[in-house]
Amino acid sequence: MSLDLRKEKGISLSDQKFDWKDLVRLPISKLNDDAFTRVRVILMNGIEADALRFKHICGRMNKELRPHLAKIRRVEHFQQTMVNWLLPPDQSPLETTIGYEQVAIEVTASVAQHEPNPYLAQVYRFGLLEDFDHMYRYSALMDRVEGKDPNNILQNYTDVIPGRPTAVEHRDPQDDLRDHYDRTNAHPLSKLHAVTIMSAEYQTHDYYMNIGPTFADPVARQLYAEIAAIEEQHVTQYESLSDPTESWLEKWLLHEATECYNYLSCASYESNPRIKSIWERFLDYEIGHIRYVSELFSKIERRDPAEVIPDSLPEPIKFESHRDFIRETLKNEVDLRTSGTQFIHKDQETPDSPSVIYRNQLNSKGIPSEIVADGYQWRPGTELKVYPKAA
Amino acid sequence: MNRTGNASSPVDSKKMLENVDPNVSTAPRIEKSRISAVRTAYSENAAPVGSVPPPASVKGAITTGAQMLTGKNPAVFINKLGERLAFERTGTRLYQAVISRYDVLKATPGFPKLADLKKIHGDELAHFQMLWDSLVELGADPTVVTPGADLAGVESTGLLQVITDPRTRGAECLHSLLVAELADHDGWEMLIDLARSLGHDTLAGRFEKALQQEEMHLSSVRNWMTTIINNEAAA
Repeated sequence: MSLDLRKEKGISLSDQKFDWKDLVRLPISKLNDDAFTRVRVILMNGIEADALRFKHICGRMNKELRPHLAKIRRVEHFQQTMVNWLLPPDQSPLETTIGYEQVAIEVTASVAQHEPNPYLAQVYRFGLLEDFDHMYRYSALMDRVEGKDPNNILQNYTDVIPGRPTAVEHRDPQDDLRDHYDRTNAHPLSKLHAVTIMSAEYQTHDYYMNIGPTFADPVARQLYAEIAAIEEQHVTQYESLSDPTESWLEKWLLHEATECYNYLSCASYESNPRIKSIWERFLDYEIGHIRYVSELFSKIERRDPAEVIPDSLPEPIKFESHRDFIRETLKNEVDLRTSGTQFIHKDQETPDSPSVIYRNQLNSKGIPSEIVADGYQWRPGTELKVYPKAA
Repeated sequence: MNRTGNASSPVDSKKMLENVDPNVSTAPRIEKSRISAVRTAYSENAAPVGSVPPPASVKGAITTGAQMLTGKNPAVFINKLGERLAFERTGTRLYQAVISRYDVLKATPGFPKLADLKKIHGDELAHFQMLWDSLVELGADPTVVTPGADLAGVESTGLLQVITDPRTRGAECLHSLLVAELADHDGWEMLIDLARSLGHDTLAGRFEKALQQEEMHLSSVRNWMTTIINNEAAA
């Protein structure tokens, strides 16, 4: 399914309407819907949350744009409501957390493999192995505290094994910043990727910050505090990939294009027809937003929107298991660390490296991610299931 | 000091009452209320939480087919077995959580001995293993989350929160265990009846042994709770 942004008309802003019954639909099934339907719901909540976030921050700095931002932002808000309310109430916060990490892993894996810029692809692979480890730690928590099998959420698409240990992911802020793409010559896909993954990580950070204190168990509270800190690091990392010299309107246009790209990807892969119709409707809405913002861009910056957004959207994100790619990346890159914007081997870290000092301080009174997953190995039916030893 | 009651705010609570007209009745009738209309509308259109998958093996398919020919619905049995399995597994973790805080909880006079808690924990774990094996024997997939198992998980959430809260003590944790054991006991009774009605007498026999153990669990937890409450009242 491809999309020519010059030809598609979408739905005009004035026709983008909702009512409460339309907004609050019956949720997806935790048991019967494909795990990737849940992945898409979570991803698009993140994309829309960032659409709102960006439009609010842009409004703080651009009085002339405020009425336009408010108009489109209102629709984005309702899109986010409809999408996020698709999550079912029988899915516990910890189960949703496993879903969030599956998004981070599988979507980042797809992005990493299709990213045209080798340095940016390395950044995505680096972050991927950390989210992969988070999922292992949360899986241990779910198994050992709730007595549930995380694979019931993962549906066998994603391995549950350690990644780059969360304990060593804590870095000095200067070691989380990366080099950004050059807006004048970066491939359009690089720009869409940067907004996509930053949005996903930003919502993950917000989610853990919100639900961390809802757990009574101090083991859970500590784990969420630790992993939320890494997610803030990831937001810092991915946010730094975008060119800061892009104008506000240029960034706005890019964000709308990213929203289109992600809805198109979701519609291309969606197996649930009821949910697919939502992706298709909102794709049409986003095309309407692109039309609106393109006119602003032409009028105010006197530039051609085609300088910023591609005529047609690239190949969709692949919503499928990337097990082999992840295992290969794990084998080759688990020992990477960072020094400033560059990647180094762990042996190149010295005791006086800023990140080592930072990490040792945070970890000085025990490491939640190590405590919760001490000796943990996932097996079907949870750790409590005893299997006969191999002969 | 607990600040939730009106007596803790003698001045402000009087001001709140200025908004109250005793002649107005605000409690809606539950059946025909607007709240009821919304809930009904959503319920009428909702699909079930999930379904019970078809048998995972040829043997299971044959057994299921045979039972359906006699007008019985074996999916109900699989659903309940899955529910019981999930409950025993979470129950095992509940007792583990209590045991993990034993050094603090034992300070409550009348709190059970560690060996007694470990005995119940061992029983729950054995029940989980037995239910797993039972599902495999029936040709079903024991890793499935049946709709009953899913909702049992939702129900158990509150029990886990109480037991893992560092601020709770012996009586509070035992109350959560009591709620779990009450549900467990009745769950086994229903499972035995279901097994017999479907002709699974061997399984029913195994479940009856489990029920005997659950009866002891329930009686023990009740006695511990009664002792603790009486101790507290007399102190």
